[in-house]
Amino acid sequence: MSVTRVDPPRGSEPRPAGEPPPVSSKAQTARHVVVVRELGVLAALLLLVLITYAYNSRFLSEQSRHDLLLGASILVILAAGQTMVIITRNVDLSVGSLVGLIAFGTGKLLLEHPGTPLVVLLLLGMVAGAVAGAFNGALIALAKVPALVITLGTLYIFRSLDNLWAGGQQINAADMPSSFLDFGTSGALGIPWLAWIALVVVIAVSYYLGSYRSGRELYAIGSDSDAARLSGVPTGRRIFTVFIVNGALTGLAGVLYAARYGTLDATVGTGLELQVVAAAVVGGVAIFGGSGTAYGAALGALLLTTIGNALPVLHVSDFWQQAFVGALILAAVGLDRLLVIRLSRQMKGRRAHGA
Amino acid sequence: MTRSRRRLVSGAASLAILITLAASACGGTSRDDNNDSSSGSEPESSGEADPNAPIQEGLHITFLPKQINNPYFTVSDGGGEQAVSEFGGEYEEVGPSEATASSQVSYINTLTQQGVDAIAVSANDPNALCGALNQARSANIAVVTYDSDTSPDCRDVFVNQATSDSIAKIQLKLIAEQIGGSGQIAILSATPNATNQNAWIDVMKQELKKPQYANIDLVDIAYGNDDDEKSFQETQGLLSSYPDLKGIISPTTVGIAAAARYLSSSEYKGKVALTGLGTPNQMREYVKDGTVQEFALWDPEKLGYLAAYAAAALVSGQITGAPGETFEAGNLGQYTIQDDGVIVLGPPTVFNKGNIDDFDF
Amino acid sequence: MVPEQRTDRRSLSKSPLWAAMTSWDFALLVILAVVLAAATSRVEDFAQTITLTFLLLDVVPVALMATGLTLVIITGEIDLSVASTLGLTSAVLGQLWYSGYTLELALVLCVVLGALLGALNGLFVAGLGLPSLAVTIGTLALYRGLAYVILGDRAVADFPFDWTTRAVDTIGNTGVPTAVVPVIGLAILFGITLHATPIGRGLFAIGNNDATARFSGISVGWMKFWTFVASGVMSSLAGIFWTFRYASARADNGYGLELAVVAAVLLGGVSIFGGRGDLLGVLTAVVLIATLQRTLQLARYSDEVLNLVTGSLLILSVVVPNVIAMIRAWWARRRAIDDSVPPPEHHDRRVLEGTNT
Repeated sequence: MSVTRVDPPRGSEPRPAGEPPPVSSKAQTARHVVVVRELGVLAALLLLVLITYAYNSRFLSEQSRHDLLLGASILVILAAGQTMVIITRNVDLSVGSLVGLIAFGTGKLLLEHPGTPLVVLLLLGMVAGAVAGAFNGALIALAKVPALVITLGTLYIFRSLDNLWAGGQQINAADMPSSFLDFGTSGALGIPWLAWIALVVVIAVSYYLGSYRSGRELYAIGSDSDAARLSGVPTGRRIFTVFIVNGALTGLAGVLYAARYGTLDATVGTGLELQVVAAAVVGGVAIFGGSGTAYGAALGALLLTTIGNALPVLHVSDFWQQAFVGALILAAVGLDRLLVIRLSRQMKGRRAHGA
Repeated sequence: MTRSRRRLVSGAASLAILITLAASACGGTSRDDNNDSSSGSEPESSGEADPNAPIQEGLHITFLPKQINNPYFTVSDGGGEQAVSEFGGEYEEVGPSEATASSQVSYINTLTQQGVDAIAVSANDPNALCGALNQARSANIAVVTYDSDTSPDCRDVFVNQATSDSIAKIQLKLIAEQIGGSGQIAILSATPNATNQNAWIDVMKQELKKPQYANIDLVDIAYGNDDDEKSFQETQGLLSSYPDLKGIISPTTVGIAAAARYLSSSEYKGKVALTGLGTPNQMREYVKDGTVQEFALWDPEKLGYLAAYAAAALVSGQITGAPGETFEAGNLGQYTIQDDGVIVLGPPTVFNKGNIDDFDF
Repeated sequence: MVPEQRTDRRSLSKSPLWAAMTSWDFALLVILAVVLAAATSRVEDFAQTITLTFLLLDVVPVALMATGLTLVIITGEIDLSVASTLGLTSAVLGQLWYSGYTLELALVLCVVLGALLGALNGLFVAGLGLPSLAVTIGTLALYRGLAYVILGDRAVADFPFDWTTRAVDTIGNTGVPTAVVPVIGLAILFGITLHATPIGRGLFAIGNNDATARFSGISVGWMKFWTFVASGVMSSLAGIFWTFRYASARADNGYGLELAVVAAVLLGGVSIFGGRGDLLGVLTAVVLIATLQRTLQLARYSDEVLNLVTGSLLILSVVVPNVIAMIRAWWARRRAIDDSVPPPEHHDRRVLEGTNT
């Protein structure tokens, strides 16, 4: 596959006159790697779809496509949010538990007040998620504690809050307002509403990361946080904000989960966090921080979901699915490394020749 | 590699080879000779049964379901609670939030320590609980399994909702009717190791060999792990993998509810039949909108109720778990213990549009 | 010459006793003592020998995995595949037994398997330089998946009676399970290696700054590789114990346990950045969590309270020391007395997330 030339990132804030846009060769390498990687994921996705379609043409029927997009939407939204976190060299393991908590909360709210408008539900979910994200972010940015540890702790805390609240209760789809559930399964122009929302989220996050100075600063923080701080980037504030936004997106995903599945209990979202990180990693978001895009993570999420849907169609036993996903993650991480090495050698070569 | 490291590696390798040789050379324990040895310490039976013994007062009976946040068990254990209050005992319900055997063992250990009088457990695995359960029985705790059995040497009696035969046969009969006697069917089960589902599936496979089911083909068994989302996705998978699928049997309340939900919002609604074991409250919507015609179950409340009375009867000496013994189970009447210490609640009930509104669980 | 293990930044006085007393290990031991005292006096049924038995039986697999994982985390890496290694080992043990292999041979093969599984992680991380968080998320899925491929939905449960009893046997009347003895032996071995040998000092050095360590002549790659092998072997031992204790080999044995093991190691005072921590703290943390679980269950609290407590303890264990250090620094600046040692900066890259100190 060929490497696409990428223009230097544009800024949306006015720069002092005469100052050229900052383009380090390292940033350029990162950009090249990212584009190549994303193309790779896209290629893998298309290949998988084509093979499965050839095996069973029903795989691309309207129903199947609908199911696929619906299934991927929630993971895509979570992966987009997680991308921002991982870019700054942090991680948020509490997203699964938070989705469970907010999904159940949405269900409870609808039981008491079935007439609540959808917009209100979405907003409430996002606010609740943002509050949880602020809790994580404050500890990580202000008390300067490692994100892995904090979010592992909040994973436990949110999950136990969910269990204590839900107890043995299960909210059935039958008790939920049908308008809400319809929203979760229907769509427009053949694409489900949830997928439209996921698309908007991915575009918004990518735009922010690519075109806003504060977005680009996230990459700087992830690459070398000390250097970033010394260059005047308010690292603490940026990280705090990133966790709030990720929390809000997680809240959104929680409400959408309730709409999509309808039946809610205390186990919702268990294990989701590792799937989200896997999706980001497969999609080319480097776990070391400093590179990757939301588009890549979204493709990673789509690829993982497609594998889940394709394997049964290919009559591959359920029991192989997890092993397959594990091998894919290893391949993705290995590929990342290979590309970085090759391209940085290329870069070095060019510099040496005065290019 | 440096020389010392090479030495280290080769030393380790030779050691490993030596150990392996020694292990295989010394004969060792292998599975064939194992089958003769005894299978475990079974506590001795407590002597003669006295059917006229009164139920003791203040019995502490604890219910330990497969999973604590599963609505089916909330109902069944509620029935147990009702029975316990009827005979003046103390009721408790504990359980893991994930349906695993090792977490159940932890609870059994706690109950043994607390010295309860009886445990009523629905097992996540037929064998993994045995060590802990037998330890409980050695501490004079009566062990009753309900809904999902363990190996017979680890419990005193098993309260079965219906015979495995009748549960399996009714589901097969229903699906055969609903698909017109011929076509492909699939099964959406619970966890791969679940005792009860596997017992029923085995009977179904045997039944399918009979001539009346000659035109019905079981193409796949999927496992939803009694998890709503997984069951949902597995249903999706079944329908896209088998274009000619005409029917799905889901012998688990979580599975059938998820499958019904998927079907009712998909293009397969009405075209692919769905039956199995479900609760009226969860299935009502889908019966009314035509996704599901008929399904079966028993009354889980009665199951828990019977289990509690069986436990009380054991502790009070009315029964010892031997076949042929009888006891009274409150307002359910008299029950007789069958072979292998099994007590059967009764025949399954079939629910459909006509009677579904009569029930509330 | 390799750099010495850094002094615990939480103890700022010169007195070793004061250092010991304000150290995290001591705090953990105090908490454990308090919990035990409260449990014995306030929770009925706690003060029995059998409580000790159940508690220690629960501790054995977690202690094994945590010991191996401590080495990995001290070098600045992480291994999330420990529980999947446990599961795969259990599945292989079951399958080998089912296929007629002798148990002795099967056990040896399983330990070798653990080493191989760890070696694969080590190959990716140390050999290819891949990030351990991502790699071990991959092997977490891969190994668990292979366990399912091998056993599917079956469970192998007909292990010989004397083997399964041996797993839960106790020493005389003390209530201490015999299985604890090899665990303590291994812990002592690892402890000595970590805290009193050049190998251990090398591991800490790598965790502190692997570039510096490399320049000091430590072969960083090989040492990291062997820590992963050690972690794999310990996890497979845990899998063997698990299988015999529950007399059941299943593909989902130990599912989800990895986060609990990581939590125990972190709670034990091991820094996620590497370079700091000790095995005594980790084992105390493992026993503490198991004790809390026993106590809460006996006191009829739901499992959720335990999770709430574990999560909060985890957060407090990192927040409190940092906040105290920040307050101390602020206080010292205010008083303009320079008797406080500024916390050493962490400038080098960590393979996990960084914070902005």
